[in-house]
Parts: sequence; C-alpha cells; structure tokens
Amino acid sequence: MPTAWYLALRFLREGRLQTGLIVAGVSVGVAVLVFLSALITGLQASLIEQTLGTQAHIVVRPPEERVRELLESRVGRRAVVASRVEKRAQRVRSIDQWQRVDRELARTPGVTAVSPMATGAAFAVRGNADRSIALLGVDPERYAGVIPIEEHVVQGRYTLAGTDALVGTVLADDLGADLGDRVRVTTAEGRGRTFVIRGIFDLGNRDVNSRWVLVSLRNAQTLLDLTGGATNLDLTTEEIFEADEVAERIERSTGLRAESWMERNSQLLVALRAQTASSTLIRVFVMIAVAMGIASVLIVSVVQKSRQIGILRAMGASRGTMLRVFLVQGGLVGLGGALVGSVAGALLALLFGGLASGPGGEPTFPVSLEPGLFAVAVAIATVTGVLSAALPARRAARLDPAVAIRHE
Amino acid sequence: MSDAVVELAAVTKDYGRSRILHGVDLQIGPAELAALMGPSGSGKSTLLNLIGLLDRPTAGRVVILGRDTGRMAEADRTRLRGSTIGFVFQFHHLLPSLTAMENVRLPRVIEAGRVRAGMEAAALDLLTQFGLGDRGDARVSELSGGEQQRVAIARALALGPALVLADEPTGNLDTHASDRVFDLMRRINRDLGTAFLIVTHDPRIAERCDRVIELVDGRIRADRRRDTSPRPG
Repeated sequence: MPTAWYLALRFLREGRLQTGLIVAGVSVGVAVLVFLSALITGLQASLIEQTLGTQAHIVVRPPEERVRELLESRVGRRAVVASRVEKRAQRVRSIDQWQRVDRELARTPGVTAVSPMATGAAFAVRGNADRSIALLGVDPERYAGVIPIEEHVVQGRYTLAGTDALVGTVLADDLGADLGDRVRVTTAEGRGRTFVIRGIFDLGNRDVNSRWVLVSLRNAQTLLDLTGGATNLDLTTEEIFEADEVAERIERSTGLRAESWMERNSQLLVALRAQTASSTLIRVFVMIAVAMGIASVLIVSVVQKSRQIGILRAMGASRGTMLRVFLVQGGLVGLGGALVGSVAGALLALLFGGLASGPGGEPTFPVSLEPGLFAVAVAIATVTGVLSAALPARRAARLDPAVAIRHE
Repeated sequence: MSDAVVELAAVTKDYGRSRILHGVDLQIGPAELAALMGPSGSGKSTLLNLIGLLDRPTAGRVVILGRDTGRMAEADRTRLRGSTIGFVFQFHHLLPSLTAMENVRLPRVIEAGRVRAGMEAAALDLLTQFGLGDRGDARVSELSGGEQQRVAIARALALGPALVLADEPTGNLDTHASDRVFDLMRRINRDLGTAFLIVTHDPRIAERCDRVIELVDGRIRADRRRDTSPRPG
C-alpha cells in the first residue's frame, strides 16, 4: 500500500468520531442527490412516456396550402386597393409521391421507424349513438413501430384486416359497443363503411380513447377519398430529444412540414427544463455544502495533527506525500459517504415511490434508479471530496516541520 | 575534506531582527556522543533544526556527510534528512494511531514510498533489541513513558542513520527510566557507531557524554571532550 494511502487510512481511523460524522454528512448530501434525481428523472420519464404514448416523435405532412395574392401585380401603383385575402381552409390531401418520401425517411440517420397514415375526421354511428371521431388508417405492423398500441389493447386483439377496427375504451362505452359489434363510420362527404370492432384499447388519454378509430390504411384511403394516398408519415427517432433536429433536417431535404413532439409540446418541455434547472441548482448547493463540510473537518484535522505532520516531514516524508495524505482522506470520505448515501437515497426513493399509487395501480411518484445515477453520484461525491481536501492538503504540505513539531 | 558527520561553518540564524545564532562553528565526528547544553533561549533548538535540515541558516554552511546542504533543493534535503538523520524528541512524538511496531516501521515506509513485506519483521527485530519485543502490538497510549521513549529511539534508528538528534530525550522521564534510555543510546553509539547530539539540561546525562558543548546567547562558550571509553578490568 502506498505511504499516502497508509497514513490517510490511519489518520481517518484515529479520528473515528470526526470521520464518522463527516461520512454521515456526505451520506445525507448524496442521499438527497440520489433521491431528488431518482424522483425527478422518474417523474419526467413518466410524463414524457405518457406524452409520447399517443404521439409520434415526428409527423411529416404536406406543406400548408396558401393563397397567392395576385391582385397587387395587376393594378397600377397609384390605385388604392381594398382587399381581404381569405385564408384557405386546409383540406385533407396526400403527400405528393409519399412512397418515395417514405423510403427516403427510412434511410434518414436517427429515424428508427416510419408509418404512412391516412387520417381525417369522421363520425362513428351505432344505433342511436353517434360520435365525432379521428379516423386513423394505418399499416398495423408499421404503426406498431411508432405507437405500441398492441401493448394497450385491453380487450380483443390488434388486427386491422378487412373491415376490422380498433376503438378506444371511452368511445366503445359511448357507443355501447363491445368486441364483435358493428359500427358505421361516415365522413362529412357522405362516404361510409361498416366495421367490426376487433379490439378496444386504453392509451391512458381520455381524448384519444374517446376519438381514435383505427382501420386499415386502404379503408381509410377509400373513406377519405385519398386513393393510394397518405396524409402523413409518422416517425420514431432513436433519441427522443433529438427529434427537433431530425425534423429540421427532414424539412430541409423534403420540403414537407415536419413537426417534432418537442414542437407540439413546447410548454411541457419548458416546464421540464425549468424543473431540471431547479433540481440541478439544489444538487449543486447540496454538493457545495458537502464540500464545505469535508474541507472544514480536514482543516481542523490538519491543525490537530500539525505535530504529527511535522514529525513525518522530519522523518523524510515529502510535501507531495503530505499533500496526497489529505487528498486521499478527502476522496475516501467522499467515496464512503457516496456509497452509504446511494443506498440510503435509493431506499428513500423506493419508499417514497411506494407510498401512493394512481387509479391504474401506477405509482404517483415514479422513481428512476438507473445504475448510471449511482455511478454519477459516487463520482461527484469522490471528486468533491478530493477537491474540498485541496485546501487543507496544501496547508498540510506547506507546514514548516520545525514549527509544526513545536505546535501545542 | 573532513570525515565529520556534521560540519557547521560560521552559521548565523536570524528570526526577523533578532539574531539567534552568531557564527557558530561546530564539527561532530562519527560515533561521537555529544551533549548540547545551555539555558533556555540560547539557540539549542534552532541549532538542532539547522543540523536536522528542518531549517536553513541565514548565513554560513551546514555540511552533512560531506554534502553542502545550502544549495540543495527542498526535496533533496528531505531525502538526505530521511536517510541520514534520526530524531528523538522530549515528548516521544510517536503517532498515536499506530502501534509500537508500526511507529518503528514508519521511516522505512516513508523511504520506500509504500508498505512492503519484511518491514514488519525488521521493525520487530529492532524493538526486540531494545527489550520491547513483546510490545510490538501495543498502542502508544498503552506504553509507559520509558517504553515510549525507547520506541521513539528505535524509530529514529530504523534506517541506520549516521546521526541522531535528540532534543531532551530524558527530560520527561524519572531517574530510572532516564538512565535506561541514556544507556540504550550509549550502547547504540558504541555498537553501531551512530553519532548522537543530545540537547539536555541534566548535568548527570551531560557528564556521561564524550563531549559537552555549551551554547550561550547563540555562541559556543565551551566545548569540552572527555574520555568515556570503557576501562578494561
């Protein structure tokens, strides 16, 4: 064992009470750090999961149709023109050559799944009941790569063959429909078709559960008068937080509109960022308090051990050795505190997470205890320990041995 | 070049405006057992610190085993101090967190830069020579005053230094323990040829040394040599 480590361990053992107290202090700091991180990461992950459970990471649509102002160019400059340009209503239309765009998007770096869709508004009618719905025509296999509906089918199964349809739980209740029942879907233009309910899903969102009706892509194309067309291409990206960058790249390369989930949920992201910033601030202050605790205890230790430091220097211990003795002490106190604090923080988080649960049995306070969190906590606390020991270590190394030996 | 272990030439030491040592010339030869006496404030500790390379003179030269230490870098002085000079203090100054054996082993650990196998056996061997073979595992607080000072001397000798600087090593002991500690130093001096410079206020100790150096107001006022070699028969 190197001399500095040997002496550091002996010094820590000699001041057992001091060592115990400072390790306890670091443990509390690290426990707060782990607990806060686990809670906030869990809450944010849960929020994002809930948001993205019903949304594609990117939705690619045809460019907006705009009205061109032609009048100004036809009249003379001196003419006074009173005009009001009516905005054009956006009709349901297909992406031009969507199959080519589909292939291009599938090759785009960062994109993991693409699903062509034909979507539009319609009505679902069963007996006397009718409801306004969002008709989603999809290729079931490809759509599963974007929204994992199969995992959320609570009755029946995930199939869209022939006239099969999937409806949300709320819509099924509203229509008084069950598995195997028939429901007629009619568009505003009067085109209609009768479907058989093969599955009922619960995506955890009341609006989605009350409006979505999934049918095959071909059926939706027919109902929406989009023969062979696709109104949008829904994408999944490898990294969810890179969706806006990927969307920008797609817009530049295809000339289509590409909207990321981050753009659609910008307020949520602002809230998440504010939450991350405030929790980071709390963590930074906790670690500053930990660092000050370690530094103050080690400075007291240097004063208390001045004579021993002087003797060691007289025996040939170099300034570097004395510097390392205190740096190692700081690091060991940080490491010890981090290990105890990580366990305490994890237990606290698990305890807190198990305190309350929602109506579906999911925890009210979801916690995320990733191995990376502990690795980061241990690394931060150990580095903080070493850094906070720098001042006392420097002081120990600079002690004049002749003066230190006479120290009372 | 002289074969002196320590050679001081016109050494002066100032602290601020006060001059503590005034051009001290002193040589200590190998295997010499010298007592350094003088009233409090005469500069004994300062002289010991300069010889022990714990401090630098304001003027003059301090030569250890033929090496002029004046222009040596701090790291070289530390190495030279560790390998050639042992220290014994009035209050043993053993490390309380270590056992007797670990204290004696410490100079070797510092010199090697790490704890190595075999160091423990060497330390226990040294303790055995000092009559403390069965006290190796004892904590410092479990040892008597005399035992603590003997452990401190064993620690000072761990690396076989050419010179041991002892600052009132018996000042804190009763007469019996004091005699025992001095006898030990005398034996080492004769058996191993280690030079000793002992700061003492005790005339009984001083009269048993080969040489008595008297320091007054930072100047050597007297330097007497005595024949203390064992008489045959």
